[in-house]
Amino acid sequence: MATPEISRATSAALVVEATGPLALVEDAGRFGARHLGVTQGGALDWISLGWANWLLRNAPDAAGIEIAMGGLKLQATSRMPVAIAGADLGATRDGEALPANGSFVLEPGQVLAFDQPRAGLRAYLALPGGIDAEPFMGSLSTVAREQLGGLDGRGSALRVGDRLIAASATADTREMPFAPAMPQEEATLELVTGAQIAHFDGASLFAAFNQAWQVDSRADRMGVRLTGTALRCRLGGMISEGIPLGAVQVPPDGQPIILLNDRQTIGGYPRLGALSPMACARLGQCAPGTAIRLSPVSPQQARRAYLRQLALWR
Amino acid sequence: MSQSPSPVVSPSFGIETVGMDALIVRLFDAIDEAHMPWILAADNALRDRFGEVLIDLVPSYTTLLVHYDVARLSQREARQWVGEALRGLEPASTEAGREHRIPVWYDDSVGPELTRVAERLGVDTDEIVRRHTGRDYCAFALGFSPGYAFMGMIEESLATPRLKTPRQKVAAGSVGIAERQTAIYSMRSPGGWNILGRTAVELFDRERDEISLFRPGDRVRFEPISREAFIEQGGDTTPLEER
Repeated sequence: MATPEISRATSAALVVEATGPLALVEDAGRFGARHLGVTQGGALDWISLGWANWLLRNAPDAAGIEIAMGGLKLQATSRMPVAIAGADLGATRDGEALPANGSFVLEPGQVLAFDQPRAGLRAYLALPGGIDAEPFMGSLSTVAREQLGGLDGRGSALRVGDRLIAASATADTREMPFAPAMPQEEATLELVTGAQIAHFDGASLFAAFNQAWQVDSRADRMGVRLTGTALRCRLGGMISEGIPLGAVQVPPDGQPIILLNDRQTIGGYPRLGALSPMACARLGQCAPGTAIRLSPVSPQQARRAYLRQLALWR
Repeated sequence: MSQSPSPVVSPSFGIETVGMDALIVRLFDAIDEAHMPWILAADNALRDRFGEVLIDLVPSYTTLLVHYDVARLSQREARQWVGEALRGLEPASTEAGREHRIPVWYDDSVGPELTRVAERLGVDTDEIVRRHTGRDYCAFALGFSPGYAFMGMIEESLATPRLKTPRQKVAAGSVGIAERQTAIYSMRSPGGWNILGRTAVELFDRERDEISLFRPGDRVRFEPISREAFIEQGGDTTPLEER
């Protein structure tokens, strides 16, 4: 699918003029290699990436840009329809305010800028057909720690001077059917109970599901730490085993860590289960200090909600 | 070398819910090289049974994580499939894993704990090298970073706790030990293992057909080489503690 180098240099592009803390190429993630220690990666808020893609009639898992915390400026070299969804980062086109969720056209020379979060943390930018670059193991997802993915294939975040090339020449845009809400002061996250949950004592289980946890500032694409009343598990050390997305692990200090897309592939702390994919997407938009309630659900309940989300994009 | 004899009957297995679209299949409750033929057999059987519905399958010491496509399979069905796949399981041949010989330059400059471990045991560093290279190791699981294999078991006398303060940067190719396991850092990363030496072998090379040199269940033997041989193989002699 990759365009030959020569045409890449001349094709329609968005050129990076300034970057913020972290703007990354992400798609649905890299699968089939976790047994080799290669992590999953992919958009934390896969629902917002899906909507941005939907607005351009792309596949929901086409690669886009995950813009954490804003600070990104892109200039169009030629006319290009684009779409954004997810966090409100105060996006502007040549200084004119844009909605947080919508599609619009950039004319040659126009600058698309993302300021800083007003609601949520991560905005997603979709280009027609996705982003044209060389995938590794079937994915463009950027994992800095593994030096994999991204425009250069080496896990680099966007840098000034980078050119984002659309995978298609144009796109047939559509309008957002509703305005998705970003979590503000609090969020409820569905947790599929399982794994070692039976080894936590009763008071800890009560605390897990009945207190307001706080999102800690120690939060990144590998995991998000929650703080609150410490949980106690009767299990001592565990032999390391494969870890699913959203796993809620509890190290000896009793403060849960929710393991996200860039987590290590195996780990040895007891777990309460794993957040549903819907909850993982929401957590990716929760700023430090957000109050979190964990809500126990069955795999069937989580699956129904997930399939409903996928059906919206069909 | 393992203390317990290889199980001769099929182990009973447990199936645990660990997420919306993931199950853990638990075969054992202790680390033992003799378990790996069973883990490998289960890995094959599960790959065959799930086919395209499988998203990822992660074997590790005593378990396998089965991550399946939830759009095509309910968890109840997935549990049934696991049961069907593992019925009448036979262990893989002990020759199933591939064998690797890994040349290592054991030296204080690139392996600062070589002397420390020797001093603790009251032997010279050659004796540490002899013990570390004296047996085949089994790759129990890959993780931590791409291509990084947790291997064991090292001789009991060599068992050494992790560093109290992990290093910020450990060079790629560094060969380390922790408790009764050994591993090679597949890329430069932070790390807390005791480093004994360095290899020039690339563990994760995207230009190679087999991107990861190791797979779970492979057998690995270390071979001591001279500084000259290490350089000839393209090894980087920059001391570990230099910036």
